Amino acid sequence: MDIVLQQLVNGLTLGSVYGLIAIGYTMVYGIIGMINFAHGDVYMVSAYITAIAIALLTFFGIESFPIIIIGTLFLTVAVTGAYGWVIERIAYRPLRNSSRLAVLISAIGMSLILQNYVQLSQGANQQGVPTLLTGAIRFTVGDGFVQITYMKLLILFISLLGMGILTYVIQKTKLGRMCRATQQDRKMASILGIDTDKVISTVFVIGAMMAALAGVLITLDYGAFDFYVGFIIGIKAFTAAVLGGIGSLPGAMLGGLILGLSEALFAGLISSDYKDVFSFSLLVLILIIRPSGLLGKPEVEKV
Amino acid sequence: MSNAVIKKTLISLAVAGAVTMAHADVVIGVAGPHTGAYAAFGEQLWKGAEKAAADINAAGGLNGEMIKLIKADDACEPKQAVSIANRLVDSDGALAVVGHFCSSSSIPASRIYEEAGVLMVTPASTAPMLTDQGFPNVYRVCGRDDQQGDVAASYIVDTLGAKRVAVIHDKDTYGKGLADAMKSTLNAYGLKEVMYEGLTRGEKDFNAVITKIRSVDADVVYFGGLHSEAGPLVRQLREQGSKAIFMSGDGIVSDEFVSVAGSPEYVEGVLMTFGASPTSYPAGKKVIKEFRDGGYEPEGYTLYSYTAMQVVAAALSNNNLDPVKASEWLKSNSVSTVMGKKDFDEKGDLTVSDYVMYEWDAQGKYHQVN
Repeated sequence: MDIVLQQLVNGLTLGSVYGLIAIGYTMVYGIIGMINFAHGDVYMVSAYITAIAIALLTFFGIESFPIIIIGTLFLTVAVTGAYGWVIERIAYRPLRNSSRLAVLISAIGMSLILQNYVQLSQGANQQGVPTLLTGAIRFTVGDGFVQITYMKLLILFISLLGMGILTYVIQKTKLGRMCRATQQDRKMASILGIDTDKVISTVFVIGAMMAALAGVLITLDYGAFDFYVGFIIGIKAFTAAVLGGIGSLPGAMLGGLILGLSEALFAGLISSDYKDVFSFSLLVLILIIRPSGLLGKPEVEKV
Repeated sequence: MSNAVIKKTLISLAVAGAVTMAHADVVIGVAGPHTGAYAAFGEQLWKGAEKAAADINAAGGLNGEMIKLIKADDACEPKQAVSIANRLVDSDGALAVVGHFCSSSSIPASRIYEEAGVLMVTPASTAPMLTDQGFPNVYRVCGRDDQQGDVAASYIVDTLGAKRVAVIHDKDTYGKGLADAMKSTLNAYGLKEVMYEGLTRGEKDFNAVITKIRSVDADVVYFGGLHSEAGPLVRQLREQGSKAIFMSGDGIVSDEFVSVAGSPEYVEGVLMTFGASPTSYPAGKKVIKEFRDGGYEPEGYTLYSYTAMQVVAAALSNNNLDPVKASEWLKSNSVSTVMGKKDFDEKGDLTVSDYVMYEWDAQGKYHQVN
C-alpha cells in the first residue's frame, strides 16, 4: 500500500512538471497550428540559466534558501522568456506565411542550434548544482512509509501556482482575450485591431517562461543536467500535450498528470524497462479512441 | 592522351607518392566520446594518448617516424563510431586506433578495423563480446566485465554478506553486460537477486525505480551503467531514505560522478570496481608526476590510454610498421608499460586482470578498499 501511495506521489510531481512544459507546446499549436520542436531545448537552456543564477546569487553573498529560490526563479524565467522571444523572431516570424512544413523544419533546426550552441559554449560534460533544500515529510502507512521531500512539495506548489496564474490570464485578462481571439481566427482578429504578431510573440514568451519554471524546479531537485536533457523531456511533454488535446490549456495539464502517473505506476508496480513502451502505447490507444485528445476539440474546417 | 603523357603522369604520381611516404607520420587514431554526455571520458583518453605519443616521439618515434594522433569523436554512438572508423581507415590512413571508449561503439567499429587490418587497442571497453568476436586485431588493456562482475559478486557475498541484492542497468551494451555478468556470478554463489531492471539513459527521474527498490527492501543496489545516471540514482536513493549499499563498476570513475550526484555526501560509501591503482607501478609513478606537474590530474582512464598507446607503439615498431603483423606479434609477446608488463591471450584480453574494490569517501574521492 505504501508503495502504491509513494508511486502516486512520484507520478504527481513528475506529471506536474510534464504539464508545465506541455503548456508551451499546446499554446503555440493553439495559436499558429505548428509544433515548436525547439521547446524542449528551451527547457534545457533554462537549466543552465538556473545554475548560472544560483552561482551569481551565491557570489553576491546570498545564502538563505528562500531568497535564492525566488531570485533564481525570477532571473531564469525572465532570461528564458527573452530566449523565447528571440527564437520566435529569428526562426518563426520570417516564415509566418510559409507552409507549415517550412516552420516545422525551422523549429527542428532551432532545436539543433540550441543544443550545439550550449554544448560549444558550456561544454559537453555533465553539470550539477548542489543540493539546497533537504528534508522530507514522512507518513507511516502500514509497516512502511510514504514520503514527500520539501523540494517535491515546492515543485507541486509552484507548478500549480504557475498553471493557476496562467489560466487566470487566459480566461480573465485582456491579453488572454487577445490570445483566444487570435487562436480562433487570426485574420479576423487582426482586422478587428489585434496586433496578432505581438500576440504570437507573447505566446512564445509565456511558453518559454513555463518551461523555465519547470527547468528551475527540476534542476534544483535532481541537480544534474547536460546539453541534451531537453530531448527526452521535450518528447514526453509533447506527448502530454497531445494526450490532453493539443491546443487546450487544461488538456496539457491533465495530459502531463496522466503521463507522469502512468509512468510512475507502471515502472513501480510492473517494470521500468517497458515504462516508455507503456506510456506511448497508452497515447496511441487514446488517440484511436479520441483522435483530438482528451480535452481537445476536433478541428473544424471553416468554410 | 598519348602513351607518353600517361607514362609521365604515372611517374610523377609515383614520385609524389614516394615523397609523401618518406615524410609520412605514423597516423594513429584516438577514438572516443570527445563530445556528448560522456566527454569527460573522451578527455581522459585523449590526454593519456597525447602524452604517450609525445613521450614516444621525444624518444625517437617509431623506427624514426613521428606519431601523429587524430582525434576521432564517436560521441558514444554506434552509428557515429562506424562512420569515424571508416574515416580513420580510408581517408586518414590510420595504422592503429586507441579506442573506443563505449563498448557499444567499440564492437561495431572493430569490424571496420578488422577488414582494413588496422590494429585496435581499447583502453576502456570491457564488454566480453568485443574480444569474443574472435578478430585477430582487437586488444584491450582493461579487464572484462565478467572479471569485473566476479570481483563485485564475491565482494557482495563474502565481504558484505548481503542477502537482498537489487540489480539495475541502463540497457546499454556496457551497462547491461556488466549487470548481467555480476548477476550470473551472484547466482552461481547461490544468491538470487530480488530485483532486476533497466532504466532509460538520459532521464533524470528515477524515483519510481527507487520506490521499488525500497519495496523489495534491498540491502545492496548494484548498478551497471555510467556516472551520468548513477549520480541522480544514488542521490534519489538517499533522498528516499534508503541506506542500501550502492555498488557500480568502472563506468563511474570520474569526478563528475560527485557533481552529478549533487554533493559528496551522497557518494560517500559508494563502492566501485576498477583496475588497481597505477601508482602501485614504479613506471606509473613517474608519468603521474609529469601529468600533475603539467597541471592535469590523470584520473580514471588516462593511464589506460597511455598504456594502450605504448602497446600500439611497441607492436608497430617491432614489426616494421605493419599493423597486420603487429596484431599477430602481440599474441606472443609481452609489452612493458606504465601499468606494468602486459600479456595478451589468444582473444586479445589481458592474461591477468587487476580489478579491485574502491570506495568513495565524504570528500568525493575514491580509495582502494583493503
